[in-house]
Amino acid sequence: MSDMTTHHGGSAASMAIRENYLAMARQKQMYGGILLIVFIAMMVSGFQLADARNAGGFWTGFTQVFDFPSEVLAEGIEKAALLPALFLEFLPSLIETLNIAAVSTLIGAAFAIVLALLSTRGLARWPRLIPLFRRSMDGMRAIPEIVIALVLIFILGGGPVPAMIAIAFHTAGALGKLFSEVSENADLKPVEGLSSVGASWIQKMWLGVIPQVAPNWLSYGLLRFEINIRASAILGFVGSGGIGHDLRIAMQWGQGRYDEVVAIFILLFVTIVFFDQLSSHYRNRLVKGH
Amino acid sequence: MTTLDTATLTPDDLRQHVLKGFSRKQMIGFGAPALILAYLVYVFFAFDIAGIASRARLDNAAILVSDFWSHKTHVTRDNRVNEVTVAIEGENKGTYPEGMLPDWVTMQDGVTRIDLDRGHEVIFDADGARYTVPGYGVIDISPQAGKLQLVLPEGGIPDWINASDTRVSVTTEQGRFSYTRNRTEVFKYQAGWELFFFTLDSPFYGKSFVELVKLATIGERITPDRSNLSAMLHDFWTNAMWRHGDVAWALFETVLMAFLGTMGAAMIALPLAFFAATNFSPSRPILFTLRRIFDFLRGVDGLIWTIILSRAFGPGPMTGALAILLTDTGTFGKTFSEALENIDNKQVEGVQSTGASRIQQARFGVIPQVTPVFLSQVLYYFESNTRSATIIGAIVGGGIGLLLTQAIATQKDWEEVSYYIILIVLMVMAMDTLSGWLRSRLIGRTGHA
Repeated sequence: MSDMTTHHGGSAASMAIRENYLAMARQKQMYGGILLIVFIAMMVSGFQLADARNAGGFWTGFTQVFDFPSEVLAEGIEKAALLPALFLEFLPSLIETLNIAAVSTLIGAAFAIVLALLSTRGLARWPRLIPLFRRSMDGMRAIPEIVIALVLIFILGGGPVPAMIAIAFHTAGALGKLFSEVSENADLKPVEGLSSVGASWIQKMWLGVIPQVAPNWLSYGLLRFEINIRASAILGFVGSGGIGHDLRIAMQWGQGRYDEVVAIFILLFVTIVFFDQLSSHYRNRLVKGH
Repeated sequence: MTTLDTATLTPDDLRQHVLKGFSRKQMIGFGAPALILAYLVYVFFAFDIAGIASRARLDNAAILVSDFWSHKTHVTRDNRVNEVTVAIEGENKGTYPEGMLPDWVTMQDGVTRIDLDRGHEVIFDADGARYTVPGYGVIDISPQAGKLQLVLPEGGIPDWINASDTRVSVTTEQGRFSYTRNRTEVFKYQAGWELFFFTLDSPFYGKSFVELVKLATIGERITPDRSNLSAMLHDFWTNAMWRHGDVAWALFETVLMAFLGTMGAAMIALPLAFFAATNFSPSRPILFTLRRIFDFLRGVDGLIWTIILSRAFGPGPMTGALAILLTDTGTFGKTFSEALENIDNKQVEGVQSTGASRIQQARFGVIPQVTPVFLSQVLYYFESNTRSATIIGAIVGGGIGLLLTQAIATQKDWEEVSYYIILIVLMVMAMDTLSGWLRSRLIGRTGHA
């Protein structure tokens, strides 16, 4: 910059630069302003539209937000003595929800590893098929779990398996993408070393790549487990299996069983917070070292 | 990683140390897979995977798969009043009106001929019904004294015919046929999604693409008060069978939920994040309280927020948007404040040295640094919330999630289910592309995280 001004010497040039800069700044500001106005207009009209299409209005609903929680809480407090027994009663379904999340994370991660290695440049077994594996992962990510779960419930009947398969399918796509981003940065020297001694593709991956990427993969896997617990609870509510299903039954019953609702809410809250903390603790250890 | 000073170790100690390390590695190498395997075995029994095989309804799967790519047309005769109706999928909306029949059904003098292709033919007449199966013979059914009289070719009843005194049903690869005292019914299966563009009551039904283009451009107006093109669009949009207009609205509602929820959460979380970041917060108690609120919002989870809010706001997209907003306010509050804590202070000091106020320092020293992180976070969540909004829509009763669960609940409209699934996947992919494009436009291609 400085030698540019000295080269051109005169203050006219620097004035021109200054003018240009200010014009550009103004233009940028104008674009920013337009963008902001468009954004605000979208928010406001979107809000009004959503409000109009909602059964209850926003402003009337706003005053009633606390009605239902207080109703539920009142009943929960009234029957507080029953809560420990209810916790025990719902423990098996909570464990089922956690099992769904854990198994689907494990199975999904196993598929994700294969998909990730097959779609990473420099590591892929069949480099020409990389786009195919990438697109299939995109597809797996794009299908919401609820779609697969509901269709499978029709075929397999209720229970935890449809939810498990649905979440595992999505997990394979989601983790596959993250895994392949990690392995793209892997050092290829160990792989070259292994190929020089005649290792097969599986041996190269197992001994040369996986040890390098394992900490990052594990940390992504843990994060996914956290997400999958939530997904498994919500799938139970819409479909079947686990604590979500119990919650729906208790909600359908309505007043008189709100103590069960309270118990399930508390169990879910505590579980989610517990596993969030646990996984963030281990993720920190894995990624930032010991 | 290991801070081992080899110089101070005797060769024996070093050997010991290395061997210990190896055996630990071996323990993990065998122990971890063994543990996972043991867990999977436990789950195998806990989930009763073996029982799934016996409970699985493969016939349901067959219905589903065939419905995905084909449709069936019911030809039904009410045997008591001797009236024949032809209806696609047996639905009211797909019933052929008087005087209109598909070309494979002919009705003449009380005799209905149904051509099922490949030589299969069913005839309804006053005596009863006859089904001609090539290579087998004629299946003749006639009601006699309240019972069904079945006459078959020689050789007993094959397993694809199911017969009793009150009901005869025949299943071949060309269709299904059933006869009871009250009704005679034939299902014919054909590839494709019938009536996808125009229903039977539309003047454009059954026209080929070329004919439609001609009609739309140079053809005479079918209804005088508007052009053919707009009539076509109207008939397509209001198609009673597929409800394209409603579906498009539902998709839009789903995106709207995700948009309002994500952007609203970001707008709320942005100022709060300053108060929840150690280097900006005016006081410890505020910081602590805000962080606990964020944790609470995240911990309660979208499912519970959705349930609580749908009680107050009723079913609809607003409820879904608010549920997303609440959960994501917690998430954004946490990630934004973490990003604020990680900023480079030199820029802020630089702005401060010009005598800027605290607000100005934030505007010119902090915001430019954190904008890429925030934007990519928000875009990522917008995209992922489009997916969540499908599920949330199923709970709050709004958007494509509602249509999907309704279609699945009927357990027969699988062609609609597949239509919705395709649309949902396209929607999510479009959002994926859009957010990727916005990210590269707003942040630049290098902005990876």
